[in-house]
Amino acid sequence: MATRVTTNPKVSPFGTTPKPGAGSGAWETFSWYFFRVSGVALILLVILHLVIMHVTNDVSSTTYDFVAHRYANPFWRVYDLTLLTLALLHGLNGLRIVCDDYIRTRGTRLAVQSVLFLTAVFFWLMGTMTIITFQPGKTVAASILGLLHH
Amino acid sequence: MYRGQSGQWSWLLHRVTGLGVLLFLLVHIVDITLIGFGPQVYNESLQVFGNPVVRLVSLALIASVLYHAYNGVRVIIIDFWSAGYKYQRQMFYAVLALTILSFVPMAFFVIAPVFGVCPQGDCNAIPM
Repeated sequence: MATRVTTNPKVSPFGTTPKPGAGSGAWETFSWYFFRVSGVALILLVILHLVIMHVTNDVSSTTYDFVAHRYANPFWRVYDLTLLTLALLHGLNGLRIVCDDYIRTRGTRLAVQSVLFLTAVFFWLMGTMTIITFQPGKTVAASILGLLHH
Repeated sequence: MYRGQSGQWSWLLHRVTGLGVLLFLLVHIVDITLIGFGPQVYNESLQVFGNPVVRLVSLALIASVLYHAYNGVRVIIIDFWSAGYKYQRQMFYAVLALTILSFVPMAFFVIAPVFGVCPQGDCNAIPM
């Protein structure tokens, strides 16, 4: 039997989400702060990323050699890893909030949240593998084998 | 008072642009993974982004990111500044204005190569 979840109206008259009140738990409060802190960081990270990839360079010239040159500097790997992590968590947590607005039963919410969590893990591992293992002239398989041999 | 007013539109746009950017992010993680399969595979996949239609998708992505970023700041201001809610509508218009103002120059760089104008360098270097 499905349990109905009572929800406060999430949307204030001004299009923003009120800070979770008593009863929402520490998790929702953390989530609320995380949106704002990661959001501010992402403004800088994403806009600089867009300017580099679409303004100072044309996207079609961001070739293999372009990436090789860029990733010779570990700064850009750390930059991209930060961007990947924050964007995925901010975005999928946003999708969780959207789903919670439409799904009112506890079981379905849990199922959807599990899928979102696994999606986050899968795509984070995929992106992280690409960023960390990239070595010019080597395929990802060769890079991973090389790492294992050391 | 809420339905059909600026508050509802700003909220809806924030949601739609957020979901759009998330969808692109997931696709983008898959497409950069192709770099692990060598220069030929990666450079070939990159040509997709030079396609004029895909450039239009890039424009939608850029506009979405800009709106979501500025409106995010608006939301934070309303959250942390006690008088912020009084100016929510003015701030919404400011968000729209900033989005358009910053979008137009970026859009020029993205779309110019379609018309043979390559502000970043040699047009011949760009696979279409």
